[in-house]
Amino acid sequence: MTAVSGEEHGAERPSEGQGRGAVRSGSEPETQPEAPTNAGAVTNAGTTTNAGAPTNAATNAATSAPPNDPTPVTNGAAPVKRRRAPLSAGARAERRLGWALCAPAVIVILAVTAYPIGYAIYLSLRRYDLRFPDDSKFVGLANYGTVLTSSLWWQALAVTAIITVISVAIQFALGMTLALVMHRALVGRGLVRTVILIPYGIVTVVAAFGWRYAWTPDTGYLSHLFGDATPLSSQVWGIAVIILAEVWKTTPFMALLLLAGLALVPEELLRAAKVDGATAWQRLTRIMLPLMKPAILVALLFRVLDAFRIFDSIYVLTAGAYDTRSVSILGYDNLFTALNLGVGSSLSVLIFLVVALVAFIFVKGFGTAAPGGEGRR
Amino acid sequence: MATIASTAGGRTAAATTTRGRRPSGERNALLGWSAANLVIIAISLVPLLWLVSLSFKTPDSITDGKFIPRHWTFENYRGIFGESLFTRALLNSLGIALISTVLAVVLGSMAAYAIARLAFPGKGLLVGLALLIAMFPQISLVSPLFNLWRQIGIFDTWIGLIIPYLTFSLPLAIYTLSAFFREIPWDLEKAAQVDGATPLQAFLRVIAPLAAPGMVTTAILVFIFCWNDFLFAISLTSTERSRTVPAAIAFFTGASQFAQPIGSIAAAAVVITIPIIIFVLLFQRRIVAGLTSGAVKG
Repeated sequence: MTAVSGEEHGAERPSEGQGRGAVRSGSEPETQPEAPTNAGAVTNAGTTTNAGAPTNAATNAATSAPPNDPTPVTNGAAPVKRRRAPLSAGARAERRLGWALCAPAVIVILAVTAYPIGYAIYLSLRRYDLRFPDDSKFVGLANYGTVLTSSLWWQALAVTAIITVISVAIQFALGMTLALVMHRALVGRGLVRTVILIPYGIVTVVAAFGWRYAWTPDTGYLSHLFGDATPLSSQVWGIAVIILAEVWKTTPFMALLLLAGLALVPEELLRAAKVDGATAWQRLTRIMLPLMKPAILVALLFRVLDAFRIFDSIYVLTAGAYDTRSVSILGYDNLFTALNLGVGSSLSVLIFLVVALVAFIFVKGFGTAAPGGEGRR
Repeated sequence: MATIASTAGGRTAAATTTRGRRPSGERNALLGWSAANLVIIAISLVPLLWLVSLSFKTPDSITDGKFIPRHWTFENYRGIFGESLFTRALLNSLGIALISTVLAVVLGSMAAYAIARLAFPGKGLLVGLALLIAMFPQISLVSPLFNLWRQIGIFDTWIGLIIPYLTFSLPLAIYTLSAFFREIPWDLEKAAQVDGATPLQAFLRVIAPLAAPGMVTTAILVFIFCWNDFLFAISLTSTERSRTVPAAIAFFTGASQFAQPIGSIAAAAVVITIPIIIFVLLFQRRIVAGLTSGAVKG
């Protein structure tokens, strides 16, 4: 989308745009233009061209300005720029407007993430028990030692990893099936698409209560079906129910992302493959899945990182009892039950590092095709 | 118009060829799809319907395990609406979610416009930042925010929840909105600028009205996100002054004055689910568009 418009504008404005338009059009068509991995030069150059156009009139007016006008205040702050011509007044105004428009959002985002994470690192280096707030002092990495030598942390990490991997795998398989059903259905595709949005819209806590009552003898129908089973009071079955709740809640999201990806698969290609004798399975694995790769990666990345943060359902279903704690539950318990801000903060930092590592592996492992999408939960 | 017509035409054509070739298989295929649909619908709805059923049961029949209540009662609903614990939480939830939504859409639109339309260095960085935040583990912020909010005195206030909600919904808003903004016919903006409008005027007078559908979609998604949040709601509040419904429901169990917390919880759960379901049903198409925008188009 952007690539195309960028080129158009480039053509309109040969003086400034050409070279950059070429950079843009040279990139592989499948690459997401906004992917952060290649966000530097390519995107920036492309959009520079792109935006030159609307200010045509302004630029023309600005030609009267001295050509060697020492450019921007901001040149130093923008290492990615490879601008040959000095900025016109219009372009500079545009830059300022761009920054001005983004500033409030950036400030809010940074104020509530970067600063607190820094503060969490600071707190994690101190002994800070909320019951004895005056007894706070610098203890170095002792809190990290406490956490990393605690079996609770490793167990929570393992439980979280198990929940994440299994639930995302099931979500992917089910989501793909649902997407195919919605894509191919002869009847009721609109109905299905509406109904599967309901789990997405339901508050996670509410859904978790629904599952908790369903699996509790006396109040539950599922429990009755399995001979008054009490899965929520054992580790393995507790985790199974947590995964079930997670799968139920977020498969629709996965299905919708995959459905959008399915729309990118050309119908003729599938028909041609069918004529050539490819089975349905071959058509799925050899044609659809490879073509849907970008959509699949985005969906998987977001689901994995989202599942890793799991908190609400566990809090309601088992409250972390029977060793079903996720790392988020552990962090919460340390803060509000143990009232230990120092250890709680070191947990925060460690969780953040694990998530960053997972995201990094994802983006590295899958290259530039990774996220151009958006975050949701 | 043309696209719609051609898609519809293509679909009909495909359907008729299938039917034409295998007239006997048609009924089976239809039956198969209908069965698949029914299964999907049942799985999507049953956990919710169970809560509805529980919420209408009387205290002594709540454990009978029957799907259809034997004795219907509105007692649970009357109970929760008679308690400030719930009504106040409902007010908090609505207020906090609405304010966050408005702020997120306004700030998000500004940033998304800049991303979709303007050239400025640091844009790639901004997009990357938004992506990072979308994946940020919220629990990592809970301990520092808990302490900070107590120090600056906004612990257990609306603003104390609105700020983190805003932070986490902004990436969502920016991505969805910039995907929508790219679809807008920009010639109109150019025309406005040729006619002498500044970029800001072009934004306010020309683009904003065209962008309204995207903004509505974004607002719905952000609202659902804020309405849904639980972790911040239980961590950054301590009284009913600012506790939202999901948090309040979770505390029904412990500190309940009700005879049967199960009935009350079920009723409260149904009450906060209804508006979202209505939303979802009314704006189904928009929500799908919003959820999948950006993810595929990039």
